Amino acid sequence: MQQTEQAKKQYQKMVERASPGSRTFANSLKAFVVGGLICDVGQLIRNLLLKGGVSEDHTAIYTAVILVFLGVLLTGLGVYDKIGKFAGAGSVVPITGFANSVAAPAIEYKKEGYVLGVGAKMFLVAGPVIVYGTLAATVVGLIYYLVK
Amino acid sequence: MDYLKAFLVGGLMCVVGQILIDRTKITPARILVLFVVLGCLLGGLGVYGKLVDFAGAGATVPLPGFGYAMSKSVMAEVDKNGLIGVETGAFKAMAGGVTAAVLFSFLASLVFSAKAK
Repeated sequence: MQQTEQAKKQYQKMVERASPGSRTFANSLKAFVVGGLICDVGQLIRNLLLKGGVSEDHTAIYTAVILVFLGVLLTGLGVYDKIGKFAGAGSVVPITGFANSVAAPAIEYKKEGYVLGVGAKMFLVAGPVIVYGTLAATVVGLIYYLVK
Repeated sequence: MDYLKAFLVGGLMCVVGQILIDRTKITPARILVLFVVLGCLLGGLGVYGKLVDFAGAGATVPLPGFGYAMSKSVMAEVDKNGLIGVETGAFKAMAGGVTAAVLFSFLASLVFSAKAK
C-alpha cells in the first residue's frame, strides 16, 4: 500500500517534470503550423501581386496592408481571438498579430469614447513596438551614416 | 518551393516566440517589441536581408520583417538624403502598415463591439 502511494507520488513528480516540456512542444507545434500558414498567405498575396505586374517595393507595402486588413477583420469578427487561443505565438508574431494588437483594444475600449478609448488604446501594444522599432532604426541609420 | 520556405522560416520564428512565452516571463507585447528591434538590428547588419531573399514572406510577414523594413528604409534614405534620412527612414517603412492598422481598426471600432465576457 505504502509502496503504491510512493509510486504514485513518484509518477506524479515525473508527470510534473515532463509536462511543461511537452506542453511547450505541443504549443510550439501549433504555433509553427499556424504561423507558417499565415506566412504562406502572405507569400500567396505577394506572388499574385508580382504576377500582376506590381513592382517589388509596392508589393511589400500592399502585402502588409492586405494582411493587416485581414488581421483587423478577423479580430472584429472574433475569429482571431480563437486562432490565438489555439496558436499562441503563431498568431502573435506575424504582422496580422500586430494588426490584432491595434484592433482588439480599439474595439474593446470603444466604451471609453473615441478619443481616449479608441484613439489612445489603439497603441497600447503597437505604441511600444513603434517606439522601440523607431529607436532601433535610428541607431542603425546613424551608424550607417557614420561608417558608410 | 517558395511556399515551403516561407512556411518553414515563418513557422520557426513563431516557435521561438512560443518558447519565449512558455519558458520565460516575457509577455507577448514584449516579444513583439523584441522581435521588431532584433529584425531592425539584423537588417542593419545585412543578415536579415539574406533571410528575406531565401524565405520571402516567411521572413517579411513575421514582426522581425517589420524591423527589417525599417532598417532597409533608413539606410536607403541615408543614401538618398544623407543625415536627414536617419530621421525619415523608419516612419517611411512603416507608413503603409501602420496607416492600414489605424484606418481599419478605427473602422472596426465603428462596426464591431466587444463581446460581453
